[in-house]
Amino acid sequence: MTQGQLEIQAIAVLAAVACALVGTFLVLRRQSLLSDAIGHSVLVGIAVAFLVTGTTTSPLLLVGAALTGVVTVALVQVVTGTRLVKEDAAIGLVFPALFSLGVIIVSRYADGVHLDTDAVLLGELAFAPFDRLEAWGWDFGPASLLVMGFVLVLDAAVIAILWKELKLSTFDPALALALGFAPVVLQYVLMTIVSVTAVGAFNAVGSILVVALMIAPPAAAYLLTDGLGRLVVLACAIGAASALAGYWLAFALDASIAGCIAACCGAAFALAWTLAPGRGLVAAARRRARQRLEFAQTMLAIHLANHEGRPEAAVESRVAHLGEHLRWDGDFASRVVRGAERRGLVVRNAEALALTERGRALAEEAVTG
Amino acid sequence: MTALFLVDDYTLRTVALGAVALGIVSGALGTFAVLRGQALLGDAISHAALPGVVLAYVLLGTKASLGLMIGAALTGFAATLVVSAVVRTTRVKDDAALGIALSVFFGIGLVLLTWVQRRPDASQAGLDRFLFGQAATVLRDDVETIAIVGALALVVVALLWKQLKLLAFDPEFGASLGLRMRATELALTALLVVAIVIGLQMVGAVLMSAMIVAPAAAARQWTNRLGVMTIVAAGVGALAGATGAVASSQVERLPTGPSIVLVATALVAVSFLFAPRGLALRAWRARRARSQLGTHVVLADLAALEQAHGGPGRAHPAATIAVMVEADATAALVALERDGLVLRDPEGNWALTDRGRSEVLRR
Amino acid sequence: MTRGGDNDGADVPQALSHPAIEVTDLTVAYGEKPVLWDVDVEVPHGTLTAIVGPNGAGKTTLIRAILGLVEPAAGRALVLGGDYADNRRRVAYVPQRGSVDWDFPTDVLDVVLMGRYGHLGWLRRPGRKEREAALDALRRVEMDAYAHRQISQLSGGQQQRVFLARALVQDAELYLMDEPFQGVDATTERTIVDLLQELRERGKTIVAVHHDLQTVAEYFDRVVLLNVRLVASGTVADAFTEEALRRTYGGRSALFGTNGR
Repeated sequence: MTQGQLEIQAIAVLAAVACALVGTFLVLRRQSLLSDAIGHSVLVGIAVAFLVTGTTTSPLLLVGAALTGVVTVALVQVVTGTRLVKEDAAIGLVFPALFSLGVIIVSRYADGVHLDTDAVLLGELAFAPFDRLEAWGWDFGPASLLVMGFVLVLDAAVIAILWKELKLSTFDPALALALGFAPVVLQYVLMTIVSVTAVGAFNAVGSILVVALMIAPPAAAYLLTDGLGRLVVLACAIGAASALAGYWLAFALDASIAGCIAACCGAAFALAWTLAPGRGLVAAARRRARQRLEFAQTMLAIHLANHEGRPEAAVESRVAHLGEHLRWDGDFASRVVRGAERRGLVVRNAEALALTERGRALAEEAVTG
Repeated sequence: MTALFLVDDYTLRTVALGAVALGIVSGALGTFAVLRGQALLGDAISHAALPGVVLAYVLLGTKASLGLMIGAALTGFAATLVVSAVVRTTRVKDDAALGIALSVFFGIGLVLLTWVQRRPDASQAGLDRFLFGQAATVLRDDVETIAIVGALALVVVALLWKQLKLLAFDPEFGASLGLRMRATELALTALLVVAIVIGLQMVGAVLMSAMIVAPAAAARQWTNRLGVMTIVAAGVGALAGATGAVASSQVERLPTGPSIVLVATALVAVSFLFAPRGLALRAWRARRARSQLGTHVVLADLAALEQAHGGPGRAHPAATIAVMVEADATAALVALERDGLVLRDPEGNWALTDRGRSEVLRR
Repeated sequence: MTRGGDNDGADVPQALSHPAIEVTDLTVAYGEKPVLWDVDVEVPHGTLTAIVGPNGAGKTTLIRAILGLVEPAAGRALVLGGDYADNRRRVAYVPQRGSVDWDFPTDVLDVVLMGRYGHLGWLRRPGRKEREAALDALRRVEMDAYAHRQISQLSGGQQQRVFLARALVQDAELYLMDEPFQGVDATTERTIVDLLQELRERGKTIVAVHHDLQTVAEYFDRVVLLNVRLVASGTVADAFTEEALRRTYGGRSALFGTNGR
């Protein structure tokens, strides 16, 4: 691996972890799409900062973009507060307007300058190693690596320090308010670090795919674990893994790194969705099948108990008859019977079944409830 | 006279027509999306359309509008199916599901695009046009496609009107009547996908969600009736489309898509302020009620309060009375105080004087 | 079953010059619609009070107004002699079960620990003392075995008990509860009633929005009948009369009392 490749992967991993950290809280607060809104509207922040500073490399761009994130959220609150539309509509009104403003400013005043709207939207990870921070004769590495590192430390610090406050205001905002932890303040703190993270990660994956890194790994982790701390750690791990996998996939296919990372995030979520123990699709299907079988076995016990000791018992307890009376097809019927035998509910007497003590008890319990 | 001159310009006419058609269709369908709280579904669909566009381009080898639209529609619709499946089968909520579908599908589209073009740099691979639209290059044929497909969509809306109405307001009731709500929901989603897909070319993926949300949000402030709202939304969409197109042709380096969106947003702002449900009227109504408030009404209400509390000896804040009369009572109270019929206690609460009490009894 | 009567003052805190809760002229409106109007209520220390009324009567709003969670249009609510904000530490709030996302990734012990956050204030972390207190509270509601159970796996009654433990751990003087008996099984209901009455014996004050008229007289000392306006308030014997119930649940909102405008 070349140094350049290492650096790219490092940037991608840092970005993924930072996004997963803040994204976890967005997902739990049902504010995932604010990441989409902020990601698009920062364009206007960068455009305005460019107008003000006249350059494309000033750190003011970062500040301008981060501020726009907070402004976006504030605007959404204001619009929602008029009670004339709901919050999702408010989001759908605010960010396209800001984005349009940004595109117009760029087209009219920054055309021909290297303020590539695509760069903001899609990232330029492949070129990141070439944009280095050099000072006092030292090469500190790619600028985006340092920026991302700083952002990650900031995110981790804020979340660690305000851990219980964020947890409480997410789980029970009313109690948070009653106990004196101003949920509004916490919301704005969170939105600020979300904006800073989004802007920092643009270099890696661009604004649209920041959504992927902020939402998909935490959502996948949400399906895999029940503790908040574990969720955060898992989300970071899944994000980092997706970033690395995405990089190598892009290398193999000679395709967009950002796109591959997003695709890997999707794959991670899909895996969690299907295979999560207990909650995944596979587990749910197996549970349903098992329940159906157990229910059928109970039906069998009841059926046998009903006819026990009566004249028709001989006929009703024949294995072959079951299919007819209980309307089970042959395959299912034999599975039910085998399972019932294994559970000690019935015993086979040649072609007929007989209830055991356990079977009888089960039938009685089921009927009397 | 300038207006005539503009209309003669072929490109402007084409673009404007296309924008108007788009505005009508997205406005009308956006009504249902917004009423059902699915305002951002449009955003997800438009981003998820990318892989479909790329695949269609690869398979069909041409840039025929219709083929690309079909590809876009297929992946866009697939994304909505993924979203509802996730919400239905996991504890992940709808906003996160939308975010995942939006970004992952788009990412896959990026991969396809750059892989197909054999360059890792997506921007040069034509992504700009997808994201921002290419209104200026819209051809007569494209406008015809938009108009025809859009018209078909509107016909379907008209046919399914009863079901759509119930779906928007009371799906459970609709189901109890035997109207198939699940099927209607799928149909509505499909129509939404169509509306978005025909607009992608004009305003691009990022701004399409505004075309779905803004006209409907504006229309909502003018009426409570679904039919009227749909028509008004279509009108707002058309107006925004036309105005944006014309503005963009008149001003240098003013891209069309963003112009349309800003006009639409401005129309929303105007509606928020000046429509019947809007803020300006709210404030005006409150002020008018305040000034028209009869002092005798306030006097009688103070007497009623006294009675309810078992007799004189209690003063009440102006706001308590305000609720009874549904308006600000302060001005009336001050006038009554001047006439000696009420007095104000040290805490700022109001009570009847003896004169006031006898005045009420007199009337 | 002990019932009725105020506490004889043995364990009552010093602030006796004020009632535990004093609501005066309270009016709350959402937009232009009044939800609470001109409500006057006094709750003495060491009592168990029920708030009853039909849907939309403003019961939850009253609790929220006392907690300072909604801004009143008129009037005020004093808690333990002062503003709620000054007395936060001495008041515990048990919201309705439906107000919280039970899918949140956390366990029972963690939820109870959240009750101590108010005492910890900003930035400090819960330590061993807090965990002990939380486990203790869980023992009192008989949920200590479930300390590490994920909250989405709890039944309605168990969720309610967890909420109660969270309130207990706050070590408050005043407990405000919103429908604590809603949707719980008989055993849980018994546990909660016993716990509340035990708290009352220790001089605590409890106010609960209650939905079941049949059990008001059995569980509570005092009652507040609310239908946007205050209909009646006092001991169960005095205020919980047929006449008052008729006026509360009579069908029309009792906004204008005898004037009936």
